[in-house]
Amino acid sequence: MFRLENRGLINREKRLNFSFNGKKLHGYEGDTLASALLANGNHLVGRSFKYHRPRGIFSSGSEEPSALIQLGLGANTEPNIRATTIQLFNDLVANSQNHFGPLEWDFMRVNDFLSPFLSAGFYYKTFMWPKSFWEKIYEPIIRKAAGLGKLSGEPDPSTYDKGFLHCDLLIIGAGPSGLLSALMAARGGAKVIIADEDFLLGGSLNGDHTQINNDTGVNWVKKTIEELISFKNVRLMPKTTIYGAFDHGIFGALEIKTNFDRIKSDKPRQVLWRIYAKQSVLCSGSSERSLLFGNNDRPAIMLSRSVRQYCNRWGIIPGKKISIYTNNDDGWITAKDLKEAGCNVVMVIDERPDIIAPIKNVDYRLGKKVVETKGSLRISSIRLDDGTKVETDCLAVSGGFNPNVHLTCHERGRPQWQEKNQCFIPGKTPKGMEVVGAASGVFDLNSIFEETTLKMKKILSYLGYKHRKVIKLTADHKPYNVSAFSKSLAKGKVWIDLQNDVTIKDIKIAVQEGFHSVELLKRYTTLGMATDQGKTSNVLGLSVLSILKNKPIEEVGTTIYRPPFTPVPIGAFAGRSRGKHFKPFRLTPSHQWAEQRNAVFVETGNWLRAQWFPLAGERTWRESVDREVLQTRESVGICDVTTLGKIDIKGRDAGAFLNFVYANNFGKLAVGKVRYGLMLRDDGIAFDDGTTARFSEDHFVMTTTTANAVTVFRHLEFCRQCLKPAWDVHLLSTTDHWAQFAIAGPNSRALLSEILDPKIDISNESFPFMACGKVSIFNGIEARLFRISFSGELAYELALPRRYASSFMEHIFEIGKKFNLVPYGTEALGVMRIEKGHAAGNELNGQTTANNLGLGKMVSKLNDCIGNTMSEREKIDGEAVLKLVGFAPTNKMQSLVAGSHFISKGKPAKLANDEGWMSSVAFSPMLNKSIGLGFIKAGDQRFGEKVDSVNPLNKEVIEVEITSPHFFDPKGDRLRG
Amino acid sequence: MIIPHPHLGPRDACEFVYKGDAELVFRPERVAPVDYDTFHNYLYLRQNPAGAHKELWYHEYGDRSWLVVTRNTQTHEILKVEFASEYLSGQKDRKSNV
Repeated sequence: MFRLENRGLINREKRLNFSFNGKKLHGYEGDTLASALLANGNHLVGRSFKYHRPRGIFSSGSEEPSALIQLGLGANTEPNIRATTIQLFNDLVANSQNHFGPLEWDFMRVNDFLSPFLSAGFYYKTFMWPKSFWEKIYEPIIRKAAGLGKLSGEPDPSTYDKGFLHCDLLIIGAGPSGLLSALMAARGGAKVIIADEDFLLGGSLNGDHTQINNDTGVNWVKKTIEELISFKNVRLMPKTTIYGAFDHGIFGALEIKTNFDRIKSDKPRQVLWRIYAKQSVLCSGSSERSLLFGNNDRPAIMLSRSVRQYCNRWGIIPGKKISIYTNNDDGWITAKDLKEAGCNVVMVIDERPDIIAPIKNVDYRLGKKVVETKGSLRISSIRLDDGTKVETDCLAVSGGFNPNVHLTCHERGRPQWQEKNQCFIPGKTPKGMEVVGAASGVFDLNSIFEETTLKMKKILSYLGYKHRKVIKLTADHKPYNVSAFSKSLAKGKVWIDLQNDVTIKDIKIAVQEGFHSVELLKRYTTLGMATDQGKTSNVLGLSVLSILKNKPIEEVGTTIYRPPFTPVPIGAFAGRSRGKHFKPFRLTPSHQWAEQRNAVFVETGNWLRAQWFPLAGERTWRESVDREVLQTRESVGICDVTTLGKIDIKGRDAGAFLNFVYANNFGKLAVGKVRYGLMLRDDGIAFDDGTTARFSEDHFVMTTTTANAVTVFRHLEFCRQCLKPAWDVHLLSTTDHWAQFAIAGPNSRALLSEILDPKIDISNESFPFMACGKVSIFNGIEARLFRISFSGELAYELALPRRYASSFMEHIFEIGKKFNLVPYGTEALGVMRIEKGHAAGNELNGQTTANNLGLGKMVSKLNDCIGNTMSEREKIDGEAVLKLVGFAPTNKMQSLVAGSHFISKGKPAKLANDEGWMSSVAFSPMLNKSIGLGFIKAGDQRFGEKVDSVNPLNKEVIEVEITSPHFFDPKGDRLRG
Repeated sequence: MIIPHPHLGPRDACEFVYKGDAELVFRPERVAPVDYDTFHNYLYLRQNPAGAHKELWYHEYGDRSWLVVTRNTQTHEILKVEFASEYLSGQKDRKSNV
């Protein structure tokens, strides 16, 4: 075991079993997967992305670039999980990634020997020819070799949720500055949320032996949290990463609820929060960076502060012969703590020649550098620039600290260079965001406490809360000093980005090839990409670029960070909106009734509509649909048309308003009448159509197509509020309030007469075609009756309050038996409208005009209405434009295909000869052949002409004859009868 | 983003539907002789400023009001929010010009 007695914030009473690559291991409550692996002596945990180099645990937090593992099994598995961020749980299963054969003996390690060839741009340059090889040969091989973890390919069984939170003050990070901020805000009475990605609040204090006001840092954290918990105005959110700062104080947060512990439960595993904060304080601390030397990527080369944290927080002995390589004071703190813990520190190497060693009881070298390392699966020795060779099995490296400025960049704030601490500090922050602590480039605790107190006083008074006195905090910290970046390039294979296998050589190549700018360098070399987003590598890369370009680092610039700070699973963004919950169905009032009759349903927009009603013995959908059409045209049929949008329009100027929004005239529509209306966009393209009925001088009822119900309403509100604000018009959407049924067929009047209350006269004389009125049915149920016809039959549409719809269906079918009443679905509806040549969604497709639809003459020439002026444009209004006409195959046995294109006889079927397209087709049981509607140039002047209907997808050519679109009862005798 | 609605207070932008440049409220009227260029300009020509921009937002998941929101396109700062009808009544001269 590599565990120290009596050290660390772990619960040794609670042993947790887990497995890594099938090997059964154990850790304790309080461990991360990384700390538990180290406690078992496992430094080697994976293979690198490109060269398949052995890789170990490099850090102890979310900045981890190399310890990526595959977590869980089967459908539960998650790839590329940073072992350093996973709270250990019982029966955790982890596997290493990206190797073929055993981890210790990866067959792809050959890539490492080929590395001279595999540098930046290799793939772009090498796998170019022959072109056909890319998709089938190169890409699959490269994807297999260069990659990380694997997806299960199965649906994610976890539950995710979403939530909203509001607060005065959001504190991001619960380290020393975050906890102090929270304490001050809590005591002042502000509504506070404090979030930290770690499961243990306290930040760096949990891994340090700091003294605060003569007590340990860990105790100060405990006491502070205890006090915070006692406040009702504070919400502590451990395991919650603020992944993005968005406009106007909105933050995205991901909370891990169940620790990847997949105990079966409907409780969410992760919750995506949207936090609204009046002010925010960024206390995200800093991340350590490495130093550059040959083969600096071997397992057990780790960041110095992380080594210290593993020792202090998790009680781990990271090695038996530990060496420390630093350029700043923090490396010496690691040395001191390791010594105190009883570890064997073989040497401290400090790049700075002119310092006084802070501790003496250790072998140290000042002004020296590490230049090379050895060791295959773990570091075994280092060589200094003076030739000294040191045997070591763990090298703790400290190259200074980078403030975690990420969230300050999410609104395009650009970090600024701070020469003193050799790091980028926040530039312009998002509005309402203050940055305190190490995140602002202040590294000693006393200054941090001072700065935090000052800034929090200001924030609290801005928010209108009192500042109550807080005891002054003093820590045993000394000011921090770091040496400047090296001015010469390190030699050998020197890694900058451990995750993407980017070395100094790659940056050299990029610069040689002209990718000078930081942004281009990033994209060409992949430096700073993927799951860690360059938290440990970006600044190192810039330092190399600065040497190569011979410019100071602040002139080289920096890339800025975008959300998310750490990866967020797609499942969390989806939340509970998965599968059918992504877009719930709207059900028609007769849905249940139709379901009981075995209707086949179709999705139309959000709606689920009955498509046809199969009867026993019917083998194909055509049989059912043909029967529905024939029975309707022979006697009577009924169809639920509730899905059409319904808009109530009232007001003194309602008539003028309709005249304005429709392209055809509505001014003279008599009370008790319905009219077809065509709605255009202002550019002359057809937008929607429907009927509008006038119930009184100032009351109209409009119907829209199913698909456009929402957009038409939005458009009408725009016209009302923005174009005609002085008019007295009121709009109300009533789509869901009225159930509406089309009752069509020669017997529709007779059937209706039996359900309408007595004395309601619907004879052809008193209730002619296009009449409307308020009626009552079944003894006093209010209803609206419209004599309109989409099917071309004598037909009515009856609207009744939705709550009666189910019993209405039961009753009307009881009464309808003697008329052989048939329910028909959207398919029969479509057949009948195509037989009649009515345009529908396929024809109003956002490309067609009134003139294309054969409705050009309807468009008002006199008054001002939406779309009429631009309809008069030459290209829209000309003679040779596309016209909606009918098409029938000359060979009756052939079936037409919608989407086919028309080519004149004798011309080759190519784009240049394209004359239009088939928009809708159906088999007409009345005509006993396939018929279609479509658009063809000057079609209305070409009746009788034969053209080819070409379907390039299956190379099918059908000869068709251009006809009138009115295939059935062209004079309309039936609907007026 | 958060849009401060004149009646309903601060509302999340996801309650709104965006339409675009508020110039759309100045629709020319069709009068004889018809001036097609004016209509063309109304429909197709827009300013695309980097900075303050008046634009139309519809509070669809709310009170269905059309708002004229003045937003800085570079910073997303909301500078002013008015009902479209009120904005129009403050621009009477403008309206009669077109």
